[in-house]
Amino acid sequence: MSDTILEVQDLVVDIPVSAGMLHPVQSISFKVDKGETLCIVGESGCGKSLTSLAVMNLLPKSANCTATKLSLDGEDLQSTSERRMSDIRGNKMSMIFQEPMTSLNPAYTIGNQLTEALLRHKKVSQSEARDRAIYLLEKVGITAAASRLTQYPHQLSGGLRQRVMIAMALMCGPEMIIADEPTTALDVTIQAQILHLLADLQKEFNMGMILITHDLGVVSRVADRVAVMYAGQIVETGTGKQVFENPTHPYTQGLLECIPIPGKTERGAHLGSIPGIVPSLVGDLPGCHFADRCRHVMDTCRTGTIDLSPSFEDGHVYRCVQTPEQCAANLKKGAA
Amino acid sequence: MVKYILKRLGVAFLVALTVSMITFSLIYVSGDPAVALAGEAASNEEIEHIRKSYGYDRPIPVQYMDWLGRALQGDLGRSHYLKEDISHVILTRLPNTLILAGCAIAFALTLSIPLGVAAAIRPNSLIDRFALTLAVVGQALPSFWFALIMMFFLGIQLRWLPISRVETWQGFIMPAIALGYYVTPGVMRLTRAGMLEVLQSDYIRTAKAKGLRPLTVLFKHALRNAIIPVVSLAAVQFGFMLGGSIVIESIFAINGLGFLAWETIQRGDLPMMQAIVLVLSLFYILITFLADMLNAFLDPRIRVT
Repeated sequence: MSDTILEVQDLVVDIPVSAGMLHPVQSISFKVDKGETLCIVGESGCGKSLTSLAVMNLLPKSANCTATKLSLDGEDLQSTSERRMSDIRGNKMSMIFQEPMTSLNPAYTIGNQLTEALLRHKKVSQSEARDRAIYLLEKVGITAAASRLTQYPHQLSGGLRQRVMIAMALMCGPEMIIADEPTTALDVTIQAQILHLLADLQKEFNMGMILITHDLGVVSRVADRVAVMYAGQIVETGTGKQVFENPTHPYTQGLLECIPIPGKTERGAHLGSIPGIVPSLVGDLPGCHFADRCRHVMDTCRTGTIDLSPSFEDGHVYRCVQTPEQCAANLKKGAA
Repeated sequence: MVKYILKRLGVAFLVALTVSMITFSLIYVSGDPAVALAGEAASNEEIEHIRKSYGYDRPIPVQYMDWLGRALQGDLGRSHYLKEDISHVILTRLPNTLILAGCAIAFALTLSIPLGVAAAIRPNSLIDRFALTLAVVGQALPSFWFALIMMFFLGIQLRWLPISRVETWQGFIMPAIALGYYVTPGVMRLTRAGMLEVLQSDYIRTAKAKGLRPLTVLFKHALRNAIIPVVSLAAVQFGFMLGGSIVIESIFAINGLGFLAWETIQRGDLPMMQAIVLVLSLFYILITFLADMLNAFLDPRIRVT
């Protein structure tokens, strides 16, 4: 218990919109241990980004956020003042965003923006901050680091900017780092580099990390735990091994069918896809959120609330009315 | 950066040259200058004599080069009406106009920028509505009318401020407000719109995620980016104020360039008019250049390529 760094229980985010109340995040619970990577996977609009913004307390003002527990390293984040929260942000917990092209301020040098967070949170001199910035720029694989400090964001490519963002997030030596789709806006060839870089740094600095991504290939390699989100809920969570080897929820199964596996997927074979679209989250949605797109939908799927129930192994849970055995059988049927 | 400065300087020079040609040709706009100078009852010999003695008989390019050469040395010719050196007249009038326009733009900016920022921080709040009302009213009130209203209440009823002349610094207060308030709505709306947009941007979210203090986020990260278009607008408005102070200077009887222009137009004193237009244009060019430099300082995307 002592090595849990971030703990979230029953996190709910509601946003009033003109059509009613939007429920983008509905009772999300997870925890991240020191040195552990939690990957949150799911389609666009399933509430991944809002979950991370809620943890950072950076939600837009119109959003309401509640949780039965939201704590970082034992400190309750819900009852802390905004002042204390700003001491934590960028210091004990930092975040990397998905848009490196626009996430850096165009008016200031890389060096200024890198050292800024360190000077804000720690008692260090300008030159110490500068040395730390150079050290971290080298760590994230940027050559000629010292000369980069005087450059402006517009002089760097997207990949370099995201490396700068990563270095920036690491400036204060955070215990927890949240990376929200850090590679979405980047070139495919750069994506894998950046994700591996993050995974390496996370191990090296022994940080807890939440990695939000679409890239299931990377998830299978770096994730200690995986949480699959669909329409505001976690539909399945477990260790990376559990989720990838025994995907239980039909949505997880569908997601995994969408990626080709070298050596297993035959040339010319059709890759899977999940028909339909994500349901609207305005108002209350009874039953299973995935029901409309599920191949195995039954009448019982449409009513009541479906809770997370244990799958085959400890720590592996899923949100479906069918038993794990039935789900596994469905997967075999689908593959046949 | 050096390349950028040289480029802007080059452009400024070309604009100045073009303006000088246009102002020079003003002399010929209203017909034969020799005829105009000689008066209605003059004989042909008298007109020819004037034409020769003023050099109007030479080819126009020669006259232009001659005029330009002397203008560059500070000699703008003599006023036909005042019988004085034009440069001297302009130099004695210029300070009043510069002080007036300077105070007016300072008043406009110190009122509109903080108000625009405050309105952007809390859109649709009381302060935003107040700012919007001020903008609408400000845009709708003609400055001469506003000046007269101020004179009536602050000058005549309350006797707080002198209603004309600028022998003391108090004399500048009402004219500066009257001249400056007209600029306030535009600058304020632009500041508000710029701040609203910037505050939504990703890099502001990054700044917040770094745990920076709200004031640092607001002023270091947001305002610096939002202010860039405001600089350009303020420069244009400052230029307008230099020329546009004609109305305000006349109302408050301020012996400035605007008032001089008004007198000069009435007298049909062409060389004087020519000089005033030239001087005001040169100031305009100078201000625009300085604004470009300030923007280059604020925005590295302009300065570093």
